[in-house]
Amino acid sequence: MGGLQKKKYESGSATNYITRNKARKKLSLSLADFRRLCILKGIYPHEPKHKKKVNKGSTAARTYYLLKDIRFLLHEPIVGKFREYKIFVRKLRKAYGKAEWSAVERLKENKPGYKLDHIIKERYPTFIDALRDVDDALSMCFLFSTFARTGKCHVQTIQLCRRLSVEWMNYIISSRSLRKVFLSIKGIYYQAEVLGQTITWIVPYQFAHNHPTDVDYRVMATFTELYTTLLGFVNFRLYQTLNLVYPPKLDGQGEISLKAEFEEDYALESESYTEKLSALSASLARMVASVEEEEAELDHFPTEGEDQEKMEVREKMEQQQSKQKKLFEGLKFFLNREVPRESLAFVIRCFGGEVSWDKSLCIGSTYEATDETITHHIVDRPSMDKQYINRYYIQPQWVYDSVNAKIQLPVEEYFLGVTLPPHLSPFVEETEGDYVPPEKLKLMALQRGEKPQAEEDEEEEGEEEEDDEEDEEDDEQSEDEEEAEEEANLAEMEEKRSQGKSLSVKVTPGKAKAENRARAAEEEKAEEKRLAIMMMKKKEKYLYDKIMFGKKRKVREANKLAAKRKAHDDASKADKKKKKKKC
Amino acid sequence: MSKLKNKKRHLEENEEEQLPIFDKDSGEDGHLDDGDEDPADLSDSEESVFSGLEDSGSDDEDDDEDDDEDDDDKDGSEEKSSDAEEDKADDDDGDLKLSAKDDVKPQVDSQNSKEKKKKKRKGKSVLKDGGEEDVASGRDEALKITSQVDEYDHDTSDEEDIRNTVGNIPMEWYKDYPHIGYDLDGKKIFKPIRNKDELDEFLDKMENPDYWRTVQDKMTGADIRLSDEQVDLVHRLQQGKFGDVNFNEYEPAVDFFSNEVMIHPVTNRPQDKRSFIPSLIEKEKVGKLVHAIKMGWIKPRRPKETTPQYYDLWAKEDPNSILGRHKMHVPAPKMKLPGHEESYNPPPEYLLSEEERLAWAAQDPEDRKLSFLPQKFSCLRAVPAFSRFIHERFERCLDLYLCPRQRKMRVNVNPEDLIPKLPKPKDLQPFPTTQSLVYRGHSSLVRSISVSPSGQWLVSGSDDCTVRFWEVSTARCLKTVQVGGAVKGVAWNPNPSICLVAVSYEDSVLLLNPALGDRLLCTATDQLISSYAEPEEVKEQPVQWLVSEGEGHEQGHRLVLKHPKAVRQVTWHAKGDYLACVLPDSSSSVQVLIHQVSKRRTQNPFRKSKGLVQCVSFHPVRPYFFVATQRYVRVYNLIKQELTKKLMANCKWISSMAIHPGGDNVICGSYDCRLAWFDLDLSTKPYKVLRHHKKALRSVSFHSHYPLLASGSDDGSVIVCHGMVYNDLLQNPLIVPVKVLKGHSITHDLGVLDVTFHPTQPWVFSSGADATIRLYT
Repeated sequence: MGGLQKKKYESGSATNYITRNKARKKLSLSLADFRRLCILKGIYPHEPKHKKKVNKGSTAARTYYLLKDIRFLLHEPIVGKFREYKIFVRKLRKAYGKAEWSAVERLKENKPGYKLDHIIKERYPTFIDALRDVDDALSMCFLFSTFARTGKCHVQTIQLCRRLSVEWMNYIISSRSLRKVFLSIKGIYYQAEVLGQTITWIVPYQFAHNHPTDVDYRVMATFTELYTTLLGFVNFRLYQTLNLVYPPKLDGQGEISLKAEFEEDYALESESYTEKLSALSASLARMVASVEEEEAELDHFPTEGEDQEKMEVREKMEQQQSKQKKLFEGLKFFLNREVPRESLAFVIRCFGGEVSWDKSLCIGSTYEATDETITHHIVDRPSMDKQYINRYYIQPQWVYDSVNAKIQLPVEEYFLGVTLPPHLSPFVEETEGDYVPPEKLKLMALQRGEKPQAEEDEEEEGEEEEDDEEDEEDDEQSEDEEEAEEEANLAEMEEKRSQGKSLSVKVTPGKAKAENRARAAEEEKAEEKRLAIMMMKKKEKYLYDKIMFGKKRKVREANKLAAKRKAHDDASKADKKKKKKKC
Repeated sequence: MSKLKNKKRHLEENEEEQLPIFDKDSGEDGHLDDGDEDPADLSDSEESVFSGLEDSGSDDEDDDEDDDEDDDDKDGSEEKSSDAEEDKADDDDGDLKLSAKDDVKPQVDSQNSKEKKKKKRKGKSVLKDGGEEDVASGRDEALKITSQVDEYDHDTSDEEDIRNTVGNIPMEWYKDYPHIGYDLDGKKIFKPIRNKDELDEFLDKMENPDYWRTVQDKMTGADIRLSDEQVDLVHRLQQGKFGDVNFNEYEPAVDFFSNEVMIHPVTNRPQDKRSFIPSLIEKEKVGKLVHAIKMGWIKPRRPKETTPQYYDLWAKEDPNSILGRHKMHVPAPKMKLPGHEESYNPPPEYLLSEEERLAWAAQDPEDRKLSFLPQKFSCLRAVPAFSRFIHERFERCLDLYLCPRQRKMRVNVNPEDLIPKLPKPKDLQPFPTTQSLVYRGHSSLVRSISVSPSGQWLVSGSDDCTVRFWEVSTARCLKTVQVGGAVKGVAWNPNPSICLVAVSYEDSVLLLNPALGDRLLCTATDQLISSYAEPEEVKEQPVQWLVSEGEGHEQGHRLVLKHPKAVRQVTWHAKGDYLACVLPDSSSSVQVLIHQVSKRRTQNPFRKSKGLVQCVSFHPVRPYFFVATQRYVRVYNLIKQELTKKLMANCKWISSMAIHPGGDNVICGSYDCRLAWFDLDLSTKPYKVLRHHKKALRSVSFHSHYPLLASGSDDGSVIVCHGMVYNDLLQNPLIVPVKVLKGHSITHDLGVLDVTFHPTQPWVFSSGADATIRLYT
């Protein structure tokens, strides 16, 4: 036999992976720099398929990077910048130590910096790739833009984040691409559809942050550095697609109207301008003066493998969407001062509504509370002293619920001081077997265009349904019982027969047993299945058991929720009755 | 004594020497009127640096003071400690000299003048305090540096000690000599006689109050007592201060080159011409810069732009820029979207009840299904900030760059697809489906049952020490036979022409003639047994063959085989002549015995024990013998007397075994819930292992001609399987479970103990721990 003997761990997966420490040594970087580089370049550890092989027989827990990734990092120019920066810091420290202030000045002036443009381009070769990854960037920028300027990170970063997030919101408003909003206890989730990509981001409520100590802000700052760059380019491109001016400018009318009033409140021209932008009340200037939007009727070509039905469904969806875009068109909102202004203004403007607020609340209000044409006044307090007759006073949840429902919901349930209906998550899509809260069912009925009946009717109906169900159950149970009884009888008789001759043998008239054929067939099938399950291979049996366990758990959870709801409803009904009686 | 003397001598010298100074001074002044006064002057100034010497000669301070005051009044250029002496000299010599001095001095001393005066004043004040002391000290000082005094004497040498002329050498070189050097005349200077021993030293130390300030002069070897001034000097030097008491280190700085324009220039030099003309070099340099600016070579430093510049990064989307690594990229999963429970106003069923909340709090944060507690707020205004918002973002960041990623192919399996497609049981009929008869009568667990070859009778042995015979079709107990112990096994002779039942209890095997069925058959059997004739040579047998008589005979007992140990199982060969018994005991070699009934002979087929034998069985057609130990089934060829096969059952403990009537397939039941099917042609490993029972299998059985097999287990069920064996060797046996038969109740954790098929019908009998036997048809 010729050839060299093959040695273990010299080819294959053992050579494709590299541990973190080795990678660090190969790149000769400090851990912090390595971390930064990985964040910026998007290098992440990989989980090898056969850990033991990769680890040369040992099973110790390690993180592995792909060797190719690390080789790829070797040629990154930014590594050199890191080194330069390190040297700069060292020099600066020395100069400080020696109290050479002129040197400090000079060094600071020549502070080395770096750009991440090439990295963005490299990581996201196409624009769609970048859009796909913009979720986290948005959440992070919105978070950073709410930070106080107290030294957790650079003020410039905070300002930049604020600027980018305002730009993003303005884009969403002008493109009317917001789809869903959700008020969670964590913050407000928004979901938009931009160029066919679904993008979700979360914005914290407007409160000061309690900065935790166990969070490494350096890591966050590095991410933010990358994300701001990414978001800037994405914004630029998005503005370009809509023919908007970048950096954003207010269009002529808005600018004039705003200019007159608030000029004196801000010291800096630029400052007031960004504030005006962030007020989200005026539309943006376009490169080409927009002819009032007239959408060309698009011809639809069925794509391959799509039949007529599917196409119709698609068309319907599109129609619905365009309708949703104009949800608040023609409505005039006024925000009371206690509601979250930015979020509401953003959402209302996204769906074509007009919005204003008290002049003292924020720059950019367009009309007064006394305006007669206001249709909705959004209030979040139990009562109002002075009410106008020709407008609805509603709670903010109405706006969000309407957006999610894609229709203007009836306002009665959202009036002042009324107990609000539950706010449902628009992101949940119930599949068969999942628990669907009754409110969702109601909502779906509304969407289908059914008129909501009087509540009591509905309740009765519900009760009836429940009764029906119960009846069915009862039937089943009774059948079971009958069978059991019969069997018992038979057994008894058998016993008697076998044991005692002394027993008086009697012939009782038998009952004709109604044969339930369907049921028998079902049972037979069930038994067949059970028997077949016996013959499953061990591996498959394991998998099957797992799947079934998961399914059962789901069912159990759904049942639990349903039971809870029922108990709650019963309790509340009882309460109502009591109250009525008392009255 | 010598020391004292020495001192005295010094003092005298000093006094003598002091005079000449004054003499000299005055003399000199006299001599060197015309500006040659320098030596004295210099010496004076030198002295002024040293501490006490300055005042050495100034006895008449009053004069001095007056004079100084006068000087002050006149102008600041008058000065000097030596002034005092000079004044004195003035008195002597007159104005002439004074004027000369004035001419020379100001330039040298003008800077010092003020300091000097101050010093002097200080010194004076000290002096006034203790005039006498001062005098003494002054004298001491003079004494101290005798060399200086001597120096003045013999002007030529700058040696410190002119009396000793050895030079600057280590003095220990003279250690062994009586002299210490030579004086100017070359005469030896003898060391002072030092006969002090340590005691003297000590006494000196104790008695002499000045001991601490006495030092030895190395040059002369003499002891010197340091004066107060000198001690003070030493102290000051030790403390790192200036030696001169009067020296002020913190003089106010005089800014000579200030912004104030004085009337007198510091230097009187006229300014150069070049200070008026612009520099040519500078002009050249400036010209160059101007030129560079004009030409646009130098530009002003651009202000640094802090705001990042954005442009259309994806203006040219190059398809080549999509590298292989982008295809390899595993994108991070997106954040999970929130459900209803995260709403600020969720439906009431999503809120946690009190117990659930407690359970939630008790869980580890990692184990929690929800990372937050669902809460309900009546209005949006009441919603607070989420305290873990930054944490969650941070954790997301960590996940993005730290979490190892792996592409996992999640197959969306439909669980229905996992279930194997088997032929429908309906198509595999006949097989027993319902329980039709229950045979009651036993009062304890029924360990074993057996059906007669005709299929008409059933025999059962129970722990209540009886053997019962039943009619299969009516479930009637026809006969009950008492035996002397719990019955472990019964077996009906498979030969239809012999009516004989083997019963094992305790250590004996009983052959019974039940006297059921055809009378002819029964009598023929009896005759067969009784026709046995003793052979001529009686062999030693491991078993006692006893013929039962009397009452036993009436009951049907025919032969009793007394074994050395308890018998667990009996089984017949298909021909009905041979009978195998199992006496389980792993330590002995006698575990299996084969009896030949017709010859009343017994053999022990195995010489060696190979483990605890569980059960044995004969091959239905060929001369093979199957022995099941705990883990293996061994197949022996009885003719060749050798092991042909060893089947690995892959289970922990075999409980039972059955041979397919074709003889090529074996099933083994085991206590670890498995049923292993061996195809002997295929392999020694199980062809299929079924785990369909929940508990230990107790018994397995094949039907004699239907393709059926049954297994009884402790879970109280009998599972009937369709087990088709094909004649075609290429086709593997088909095993399909067709029915689960339930009926036996579980008593003492035991369910079904034995199963057996009817020889002709597709019926199965099972006996259980609930003392019943059941027939399923």
